[in-house]
Amino acid sequence: MDAFTRLEAVAVPLDLPNVDTDRIIPARFLHKPTGPGYERYLFHDVRFDANGSEKPDFILNQAPYRAARILVAGDNFGCGSSREHAVWALHAHGFRAFIAPSFGDIFFGSCGKNGTLPIVLPAETVAGIRRQLHARPGATMVVDLPSQTVTGPDGARHDFAVDPFRKECLLTGQDEIALTLGHEAAIAAFEAKRDVESPWLVPGKRA
Amino acid sequence: MSVGVTMFDKIWRRHVVAEGLGEQVLLYVDRHLLHEGSGAAFDRLGGAGRRVRRPESCFATADHYVPTTARVAATAEEEIRGMVEGLARHTAELGISHFGLGDARQGIVHVIGPEQGLTQPGITLVCGDSHTATHGAFGALAFGIGSSEVEHVLATQCLWQKKPGVMRIRVDGARPFGVTAKDVILSVIARIGTAGGTGHAIEYAGSAISAMSMEERMTVCNMSIEAGARAGMIAPDETTFGYLEGRPHAPRGDMWERALAFWKTLPSDPGAAFDREVALDARAIVPTVTWGTSPQDALPITGRVPDPSATADPVRRASMERALSYMGLVPGTPLTEVRVDRVFIGSCTNSRIEDLRAVAAVVEGRRAVVPAMVVPGSGLIKRAAEAEGLDRIFTAAGLEWRDPGCSMCVGMNGDVGREGERCASTSNRNFEGRQGQGVRTHLMSPAMAAAAAVTGRLTDVRTLGALAGGA
Repeated sequence: MDAFTRLEAVAVPLDLPNVDTDRIIPARFLHKPTGPGYERYLFHDVRFDANGSEKPDFILNQAPYRAARILVAGDNFGCGSSREHAVWALHAHGFRAFIAPSFGDIFFGSCGKNGTLPIVLPAETVAGIRRQLHARPGATMVVDLPSQTVTGPDGARHDFAVDPFRKECLLTGQDEIALTLGHEAAIAAFEAKRDVESPWLVPGKRA
Repeated sequence: MSVGVTMFDKIWRRHVVAEGLGEQVLLYVDRHLLHEGSGAAFDRLGGAGRRVRRPESCFATADHYVPTTARVAATAEEEIRGMVEGLARHTAELGISHFGLGDARQGIVHVIGPEQGLTQPGITLVCGDSHTATHGAFGALAFGIGSSEVEHVLATQCLWQKKPGVMRIRVDGARPFGVTAKDVILSVIARIGTAGGTGHAIEYAGSAISAMSMEERMTVCNMSIEAGARAGMIAPDETTFGYLEGRPHAPRGDMWERALAFWKTLPSDPGAAFDREVALDARAIVPTVTWGTSPQDALPITGRVPDPSATADPVRRASMERALSYMGLVPGTPLTEVRVDRVFIGSCTNSRIEDLRAVAAVVEGRRAVVPAMVVPGSGLIKRAAEAEGLDRIFTAAGLEWRDPGCSMCVGMNGDVGREGERCASTSNRNFEGRQGQGVRTHLMSPAMAAAAAVTGRLTDVRTLGALAGGA
């Protein structure tokens, strides 16, 4: 996994609340291989018209925001389906950090597995940042994970909370499976105990 | 002084393998359900040269991409066919049980887990699908995970998790005639909002929940994610035990007695503290439909399309305006005057035998006036419905009787509506484009969807007469 430490980049505001993962990537693209061109599926049905041409009113299609790597969203961003493809499509487009008042729980968890950082800030703070980004298209922001701060377009710094485990994994680009396999003895001991305490869960032993 | 413990905490504590940094724990997974969308996780696992730690704890079925007609005929797109075939190949190579096409036990993963007795009280169960909360109806801790987590569970049988909050939603009182489990959960979501349960596991309790059948409880827990919660759960009781006994993977004999003794310890202790509590009166619930593009946009069928200009919050107002524009609805219109073009009955929310009986009770002796399809949740449900003659009632009423799968709930297999069509649906999501580009979805119970099929508009099923109580 790519590590995440500090990002200074253009940010794009997305004002709608409850942006679901079906909107981030429609279901009919979920069987498509990831790789070159995958970013095309991002927000596909709100970003392109029936002929495949860009809809000029969609904010990601507007020149100053095309280079955005930080997305500043509304409440409950990434709700709905568990599809990690939503994170993959955002990543393919270049996004590495997401700021919102709240996120869908599964989306939030999947971000950290793909080298991207979801950040929760108070609703008023996020709304204020979005207003600045609308007023100054193409403005940049800074996301700094070691100090757990976001610097807005106006230079104001905002602290954010991050789970220490997730922070460590992101800073080092930790392979989480390798980390867990390091707990092999504990897992094996747990299984041995569970199989004695709940033998009906052991295949072939349920009678 | 002893402190009461919630059911969630009892199960959580029992599954902690190790402590990590901060509040993260390594949580053991008893059962891992897989479907053909899990292919990427298998590929990454194999690519890294890693093995499946406990294949006997994994169970797979094909549901998202499978055709619901012409089972033998190949699906149009080779890539889609490859998903279904890839699951069969991966599971065969890795020694994972697979209920594939041609197996009567094949079906929607959240329908067949309980049907096979794989879903049991007190276990942890995960699946790469957000509707995994369905299994919580048995007093299990069940939640949806992403593809990276699927790979992690395959390799380690564990997941790093931070304990969520626990929210109790009590629904008390007797449900009025014609009010179903679907109406209860839609009312819950309308009350707390689509992010109301974010960061929480929900325990549903109260007399209206206890009075429900297992199938009804599954409908309720299924839509927890539509309220923002990854997990929803209901305390196991005699209804639960009665459903489980004799199922293929349920314990038998002495083991059954041992399991039963343990299961009875699971319900939350009296006095257990919850992080948040919400209460609803079942007697006040009315058959419910959604009008917008979020499951929280739900109203009694007796209501009218809401007016955004009456909403003070500018964000909410803009969101409502966008939803009404997508849905092609005019504020103030009585919901019962909204015409529908298509009806879908199925999905992990409402495709079980009780759901199908409820549909049959409405359409028997009537005739659908719009295209309507009924997609059973599993091959065994299909067989049971045919043994009862439900299929003949459906076809006589002009409803299509299909093969099991997710079908038009997610549209991945090509079962979609046409742009601009309005669909009365028993599924769980009314998101933009969910049932096809530009398709407008109204969520409702099976009985209400059946009523819409025979009238061609959103209909208060109570006004049709002659219906069963149904799920």
